[in-house]
Amino acid sequence: MTARSLESGAPATERAATPSLWSRIWHNDAPGYLFLLPWLIGFLGLTIGPMLTSLYLSFTDFDLLTSPDWVGTDNYMRMFTNDPKFWASMRVTMFFVVFSVPLKLAFALAVAMLLNRGIRGLPMYRALFYLPSLLGASVAIAILWRQIFAGDGLVNKFLAMFDIIGPSWISNPKTSLWTLIILSIWQFGSPMIIFLAGLRQIPTDMYEAASLDGASKWRQFVKITLPLLTPVVFFNAIIQTIEAFKSFTPAFIISGGTGNPINSTLFYTLYLYQEAFGFFRMGYASALAWVLLALVGLFTAFSFLTSKYWVHYDE
Amino acid sequence: MATNIQLRQIVKAYGDIQVIHGIDLDIEPGEFTVFVGPSGCGKSTLLRMIAGLEPISGGDLVIDGQRMNDVPAAKRGIAMVFQSYALYPHMNVYQNLAFGLETAKTPKEEIKLRVQRAAEILQIVPLLQRKPKQLSGGQRQRVAIGRAIVREPKIFLFDEPLSNLDAELRVQMRVEIAKLHNDLGNTMIYVTHDQVEAMTMADKIVVLRLGVIEQAGAPLELYNNPKNLFVAGFIGSPKMNFLTAAEDGAGLKVAGNMLQLPRAVAGATTLGVRPEHITLLEGHGIKLADVRVDLVENLGGQTVVYATTADNQPINIVLEGQRAVELGSTVAAYIDPARIHLFNAEGTAI
Repeated sequence: MTARSLESGAPATERAATPSLWSRIWHNDAPGYLFLLPWLIGFLGLTIGPMLTSLYLSFTDFDLLTSPDWVGTDNYMRMFTNDPKFWASMRVTMFFVVFSVPLKLAFALAVAMLLNRGIRGLPMYRALFYLPSLLGASVAIAILWRQIFAGDGLVNKFLAMFDIIGPSWISNPKTSLWTLIILSIWQFGSPMIIFLAGLRQIPTDMYEAASLDGASKWRQFVKITLPLLTPVVFFNAIIQTIEAFKSFTPAFIISGGTGNPINSTLFYTLYLYQEAFGFFRMGYASALAWVLLALVGLFTAFSFLTSKYWVHYDE
Repeated sequence: MATNIQLRQIVKAYGDIQVIHGIDLDIEPGEFTVFVGPSGCGKSTLLRMIAGLEPISGGDLVIDGQRMNDVPAAKRGIAMVFQSYALYPHMNVYQNLAFGLETAKTPKEEIKLRVQRAAEILQIVPLLQRKPKQLSGGQRQRVAIGRAIVREPKIFLFDEPLSNLDAELRVQMRVEIAKLHNDLGNTMIYVTHDQVEAMTMADKIVVLRLGVIEQAGAPLELYNNPKNLFVAGFIGSPKMNFLTAAEDGAGLKVAGNMLQLPRAVAGATTLGVRPEHITLLEGHGIKLADVRVDLVENLGGQTVVYATTADNQPINIVLEGQRAVELGSTVAAYIDPARIHLFNAEGTAI
């Protein structure tokens, strides 16, 4: 208060000598902005710039070789009214998201619960279980996966030991997508680590109080663990759903970039890739990308809006 | 009908390390027993073994004549109030109170009735729809106690339930828990490191140190007849003064002064006297020593004098009322010979 009164009571000449806003920013904040510059250039040049360009391109017909032609909302109209492959890829992607995300989260939580029981060598197990997450989305693993689920792959060799002749899981449109879902579940390490950290935050005396109340382990899980873990479930669900929508490499490698058999592995991103780099319809591919962004945005917004009904934050 | 608890040679060991060393204790039906002792003495471990939250490594826990060592926690007829309250943050107060009853598949109408009754006893009816994060520390503590009450257990266990509350609230809750015990009449075991809580609430105090019972008995018994130096120093606030003593003929030499005591002094190496049992008024008892006044605290109802004997032993004196004692002066301290405590070299009371 005193400082402010003194300041306001300063002579006019002194006030006039006060440096301008720009000068203050330049002298005080310039070093900060300088350090920020490498990131800022990257962000503007490699993220915002391409995004805005793709937004513009989504309203054009552009084949990379000639100048883009403005077509208004034609690309979007075509997508929703006259493109069966768009809907096919959407179906495949939604199926993948709906099944792979909950299954992966459930599996990650189950393993995290197992590891949370104070077993010996926990850091080693944690690293081992995390390993697939590091390797999972790689080309090498996708190729390995193709070998495992091929007609003469490891799975069928194992089944043959019991006189079961398995199909070619990858070539069969009924099972091909499931092999990708299993591959996705196998990459459970990242959500597992986060679940494990969440489980360790739950005070043990809550379980002790519940056990004194006679609550079984299952009831403790349902009534205490799950509700107290909802912030972590929420976080993992959003991250994994976005990851699932973006999933590309496994489908590309396993189907050889075709999305076959019968478009059963035609992920949305794979279709987008085909349109962009197979048919050089960059304008249409850009529109597809923006619809995906809108879809993920809508899902995230919906999740946040509904979170107040099922996510329990403590203090 | 209240329940009795017997501990027979109870042992707790973690691997090769034994932390509770063969404890024997009888807790009578309806008794309010307080386990008290410094950190690490094993009081909480002992409580958790009674609750069934820690396995018992050796000995027998007997409740109402039945050996309970291997009986699950939920079937021991015990409810426990935790230091951290252990309220479920995602449930409101009603749901917290009802959780145990729902687990036991109690009919909904009865749950409602019992929750309402507990809420009325603890005066938390207006809070029933609130979440724990919307409650103050004292309110949370009431809910934690309420959660124990609704189950209508045979035994209540309290694990340092007031240690997270501020001083004023602690006194208030202390009174309420004591009142609750009077009203319900259940057997209660209460763990604390605060000897004032122990003295004010207990029917029986169990003083623990390093996993053994140093002394168990009624609060005043421990206050008046501590069995050893540890109990003498732990019970009572401010703590008892201990002065080095040496036998000299039939008397006892303390702080350069010869005391003629009407009791045997053989083997005494330490004289203990409580600060409130020392006076500066001549003619009240025998002279203990001349002491130099280092500091005086006037608390209104009491005056606390921090002083030093001629041989530099600290001595605290609590005088009733507001007394003018000059700082730096040397005054004579007097004691009632009947209220002193003598200890031998092993620290055992003589």
